[in-house]
Amino acid sequence: MDRVLFGDNQFFAVNHLSDEKAREQAIRFKDDSSIIRVLDQARETGINTFMCTTHERIGSVCDHMRNNPAIYKGFKIYPCMPYAHKYANAVTEHGYIGTIRKYVPGNLFGSFAKGGLAYIRKDFISLMELLVDSEMKMFKGIDTPVIFLQNVLVDLILGLKMYDVFREYDRYIRKKYNAQPGYITMNMPALFEALGSVGLNEPIICSSINRIGFRMSGGRAIYEKYLNEKKFHPIAMQVLAAGALKPKEAIEYLSKFPKIESVLFGASSKAHIQETKNLIETMMPS
Amino acid sequence: MMKLNGGIIGLGKMGISHAAIVSPHPSVEMVAVCDTSSIVLDVFRKFGKVKLYTDYIRMLDNESLDFVIIATPTRLHYPMVKYALEKNVNVFCEKPFCLNPFEGEELMNLALAKGLVNQVSYHNQFVGTFRELKRLVKAGILGDLVHFTGEAYGSVITNEKGGTWRSDPNEGGGCLLDYASHVINLIQEVISRPVAVEGSMLKKIYSEAVDDAVYSMLKLESGLSGVLLVNWCDDTYRKMSTSITVYGKNGKIICDATELKIFLKDGNREEKLEKGWNMKYITEFAIPVDFYLRGEEYSAQIDHFIKCVMSRKQSEINSFEQALHTDKVIELIIEDSKN
Repeated sequence: MDRVLFGDNQFFAVNHLSDEKAREQAIRFKDDSSIIRVLDQARETGINTFMCTTHERIGSVCDHMRNNPAIYKGFKIYPCMPYAHKYANAVTEHGYIGTIRKYVPGNLFGSFAKGGLAYIRKDFISLMELLVDSEMKMFKGIDTPVIFLQNVLVDLILGLKMYDVFREYDRYIRKKYNAQPGYITMNMPALFEALGSVGLNEPIICSSINRIGFRMSGGRAIYEKYLNEKKFHPIAMQVLAAGALKPKEAIEYLSKFPKIESVLFGASSKAHIQETKNLIETMMPS
Repeated sequence: MMKLNGGIIGLGKMGISHAAIVSPHPSVEMVAVCDTSSIVLDVFRKFGKVKLYTDYIRMLDNESLDFVIIATPTRLHYPMVKYALEKNVNVFCEKPFCLNPFEGEELMNLALAKGLVNQVSYHNQFVGTFRELKRLVKAGILGDLVHFTGEAYGSVITNEKGGTWRSDPNEGGGCLLDYASHVINLIQEVISRPVAVEGSMLKKIYSEAVDDAVYSMLKLESGLSGVLLVNWCDDTYRKMSTSITVYGKNGKIICDATELKIFLKDGNREEKLEKGWNMKYITEFAIPVDFYLRGEEYSAQIDHFIKCVMSRKQSEINSFEQALHTDKVIELIIEDSKN
């Protein structure tokens, strides 16, 4: 994995510190071309990986990349699935069955040739595979070497202790997409243990890591212990603690943990992207 | 360490979320869950480790539970909470509490008579910024209060199609019960209890049978008046966004789940607040939790409930009594909207 991963929260009105800033961002990134422009600026600074949710608007970004293969040669996307709000809203509006019907590709009863709903009930793994395929469709022809499960889903499965789902996800991502599975979580130590319990060793885990312990469940101390002692591939996100920390102090903190492989961050201006990237590369040399 | 035996009735979006939060809790042994959806039960059967029921009476009869979480459509709260209390089980119930105040009153009295811990899931009371707002308002930094607005917007219903129990008024659906109840409860606990309403409008936008927007003027016990503005058909919101603005003679505070914007005419040395604008962020106020799903507040409210059950002490936050008051205000708004 590259040291620096460029994130997408700023494009989709996700701001953990301010709903008002989120709205400003929604206005600024109304057009797909404005997203692509910032992505190109990130690329110009030397960033080669875009880590993004499977938001429907990413589809247009992918179209643009496919239409300009020479420009985006060597540029990678790490998809993070699913875009949870899409499903959460659908469940509220249509119920569980209605949601499955809406998002399973093609006709539900066509996808489940063996007998529709009765089949789903016996085979959740096939259903999961169909949903993964549905989320991955937009990335066809694009290099996606790591494919992540989003934190809401990861932490839901973790809390419900349905760890076998992780194993099935892991197996399918490796087999079908020839990619590494990754996990985003707000509960890194607990997830590490859960993955280990079903034989998933040295996983790629993306979690909040910041000096003030923001969104680090169980507290900073246990996170630091795992970062120092356990064998896995950590990615740090929310490193600025939603903006509460200055980039320099934030990266300084990360530099104490040599095992951190990558840092995920998003920004909307080229100057900010360049500044953060330089800090990461200077203070956390590979 | 002694562990509490827990159960959940209702595995919809909130029930599953509660299940994921309460299961890893170090003081809890999740024993059983109950739902009527066979697809959900099949998931738990295949991947889960708890006992499954389709009948809550059987679950409460068979299992020796210390507490139960009830996350069913509102209409079902009354019989389920009542049966749980009769079985001496402590209850955490989804919001809103009941469809009419008579039911809520009976349940509140039963819980009090039995000395059982009772809590309702108004999770905003566990959002750090709203807690800070409450503290600052009580500390009087705004001087004499003159007005407030309580607002919530979101994009739950954005077209005419579709429908679950949330679109059925008899089940407890609609924007007033689902969305506005949160704001009413916040106003009630952060500022003062609404005791009268005027000019209430329940508007349908896309729904046929339920309200999609709620507008009302509220008068509070403290004498203050203000407005309630809630709409769940607003496409410009990615997710539910709730905010309270309080106006006083010495300034105002705009507060949502992420930040507090405080404007003061005169600075406040004790609170280290300057004259003019002061910004404060959730990073400063978030309640630390051991397990996180969707927001600290969801875990914090469960932690609080578990702590109350362990110490056999009634919760002072989100008690049945408080939730019942919110139900009463909902009733006032419904009646007023008919005029």
